[in-house]
Amino acid sequence: MAKTTAEHHGFPWKHLIGFVLSIVLTLFALWVALYTDLSVTWILIIIFGFAILQAALQLLMFMHVTENSTSSNLTSRVQIGNILFAAFVAIVIVIGSVWVLTAGHAKHDKHDEPKTENHGGSHDSEEHGSH
Amino acid sequence: MKWDEFFVTGDPLIYGADVSILLTMVGILFYLTKYNKWKWLWDEWLTTVDHKKLGIMYIVSAVLMLFRGGVDALLMRTQLAVPDAKFLDSQHYNEIFTTHGTIMIIFMAMPFLIGLINVVVPLQIGARDVAYPYLNAVSFWTFFIGAMLFNISFVIGGSPAAGWTSYMPLASNELSPGPGQNYYLLGLQIAGIGTLLTGINFLVTILKMRAPGMTLFRMPMFTWSSLVTMVIIIFAFPILTVALALMTFDRLFGSHFFTLQGEGMDMLWANLFWLWGHPEVYIVILPAFGMFSEIISTFSRKTLFGYKAMIWSMLLIAGYSFLVWVHHFFTMGSGAAVNSVFSITTMAIGIPTGVKIFNWLFTMYRGKIQFTTPMLWSIGFIVNFVIGGVTGVMLAMAAADYQYHNTYFLVSHFHYVLIAGTVFACFAGLIYWYPKMFGYKLNERIGKWVFWIFTIGFNVCFMPQYFLGLDGMPRRVYTYSEESGWGPLNMVSTIGGFMMGIAFLVLVYNMYYSFRYAKRETTGDAWDGRTLEWSTPSAMPPFYNFAKIPEVTGLDHFWRQKQAGKVEKLTAKDIKPIHMPSNSGVPFIMASFFFVAGFGMVFDWMWMAIIGLIGVFGTLFYRSFEYDDGYYVSVEEVIETEKISK
Ligand code: HEM
Ligand SMILES: [Cu+2]
Repeated sequence: MAKTTAEHHGFPWKHLIGFVLSIVLTLFALWVALYTDLSVTWILIIIFGFAILQAALQLLMFMHVTENSTSSNLTSRVQIGNILFAAFVAIVIVIGSVWVLTAGHAKHDKHDEPKTENHGGSHDSEEHGSH
Repeated sequence: MKWDEFFVTGDPLIYGADVSILLTMVGILFYLTKYNKWKWLWDEWLTTVDHKKLGIMYIVSAVLMLFRGGVDALLMRTQLAVPDAKFLDSQHYNEIFTTHGTIMIIFMAMPFLIGLINVVVPLQIGARDVAYPYLNAVSFWTFFIGAMLFNISFVIGGSPAAGWTSYMPLASNELSPGPGQNYYLLGLQIAGIGTLLTGINFLVTILKMRAPGMTLFRMPMFTWSSLVTMVIIIFAFPILTVALALMTFDRLFGSHFFTLQGEGMDMLWANLFWLWGHPEVYIVILPAFGMFSEIISTFSRKTLFGYKAMIWSMLLIAGYSFLVWVHHFFTMGSGAAVNSVFSITTMAIGIPTGVKIFNWLFTMYRGKIQFTTPMLWSIGFIVNFVIGGVTGVMLAMAAADYQYHNTYFLVSHFHYVLIAGTVFACFAGLIYWYPKMFGYKLNERIGKWVFWIFTIGFNVCFMPQYFLGLDGMPRRVYTYSEESGWGPLNMVSTIGGFMMGIAFLVLVYNMYYSFRYAKRETTGDAWDGRTLEWSTPSAMPPFYNFAKIPEVTGLDHFWRQKQAGKVEKLTAKDIKPIHMPSNSGVPFIMASFFFVAGFGMVFDWMWMAIIGLIGVFGTLFYRSFEYDDGYYVSVEEVIETEKISK
């Protein structure tokens, strides 16, 4: 315990830069979403891009993703397992949610499918237009 | 806001609660002052970073929450005992089932298990504390404050009433006005911080702090189950954090993530909730599996059967638990493809669970079984849990679930897995490790009474509910008509509920009785155990746990040492100074600021929320510049504590 505190001397520039950049990216995403006239598709593409950028930034700056332990084989195996499982969970959450909430009947809940065959599609499209 | 809106008024039950809360508080303050216990409270408990004391505080809080949740349950059962009862009105009933569910899962089951993990895991791996003792205190206090914030809702401002699942749009401002739902959001959010930190803390502890020689495949099964649980916590809890934050935005700041207006998506909440929620049910069952493994092995006098199969099935469960969430809303109607896929994954997750059941049976097979109370609970678990598992697989069939969904059949399923699984394990583990925590066993004779009254009451309460469900009785209704014909079975169910209540009281009486009369343990090995926690010379380990860190040579190390007659005796020259972390009051203070912030947000008083958050950041800032590397316990003090003759 005493040893670990001694290892990290000096100012944590890396963390500070990462922190500031994360805030900047977040504010920028907010600005794009609220104050630009881009189409919804473009806004989505841009803020998704920012999100991925920020995730990468945090992995690099805070999460020691590049750190490779030479001292023990276990640590690097745990590291790799962690990254793989994180990727698995992230993919399941994102792709799974999109699939579940847009497949089959579920899509009628949303107002963004104006041309459904027999579920009052015209009403839906009217509402959609008013937004 | 007027005073009569701030305090909940008009219900005699609530006034009764007000009075008893006030009396308890006055009583505690009086006791602390009269016997001069304030300093003791601060030094020994509020500022402690000792994993054993934090564990005990977790367990005490969990037992209190079990009482609160249990009272909720009995109120509901009383209302449902006969048709058209007028004991509770519908709003009050809704509030009670919401707080019951939330408290039992978040503030009873999880802290109970985390408390036992805190007490036991560092001892089982031969460590002197967890990897981050200070963080551990932060975990406890944020959990505790989150629980308190949630609990005061029923006397101040009103309780949430949208169910523990808080589906949108029911939980929106339009349909759930007032602070109630905010209590749910903020209470869970603050407690969730503690849970996530626990996940990280114990993951690192188990990976990094094991005694020399204890490879991963020599770890006791309870430690393994805790490790897997921590992995699930780390990956599942952020989903809840985000979902709660989004709903908080919807309610407080007018965003439209889950609302019906503004192109929000109400079912996205259900989706995110269960993306966390299903892993959560495994978070509360895996440590239970671990405890039963320890207990069954100890009292069958045999090594656990299929040690590796147990581990692999747990790892499989950890992965699978993220692939089944849609089975909680098959009836949303995502179509045949989605429902079929999740039907199959759900059934598949039953397989590793089944493997474990057989492993326990084979551990007992040809063992010299001792029917101690922890063992009784474990055998009771196997029998009753299987009933819950089988009905789970019935629910997993999407087409059939359209019939079962949101009926009492479902209610019965999850009580059979949560009570016969998690709650039985909490009781079994508490009794099993009680001598480690307090230096004496709970009385076995009274303990067996508790087991039989509770288990019979449990079945009398929940078995009829399967049939009520098949007969069409929906869940979350505050009353039903005479003509429905559900009256008799409901009456039976209520009787069973009260039997469990009586068993709980006998359990509490047993704690008192054993405190007064139980024989004090003279060694650290109360049950002739197998794992390292039993190897300490004194019944209750000293604050540094091990005077000398053990060297492990295999699975069930301590047992094999005893068999070979080679239990090490400490001598004075083995002792070296021991490095320990210092106590700190900051976690408690930080959590108190969280309370202020949370309370402010609940009532939409932003000035108060901001003050609270500034306080939270202040404590974080303070901690960043605190250079405290702990202290050393001197050789003399260790020798004195261990009573080693020179
Ligand atoms: C054999 C394994 C299991 C299977 C196949 C299974 C299956 C299911 C299914 C399909 C549902 C949804 C039913 C519906 O809403 O209509 C459900 C609900 C539930 N299960 Fe399980 N389950 C299993 C084990 C467990 C375990 C181990 C726990 C917890 C310890 C658990 C806790 C719950 C809870 C709390 C709910 C309902 C929550 C709510 O709607 O409020 N289940 N289960
Ligand atoms: Cu589930």
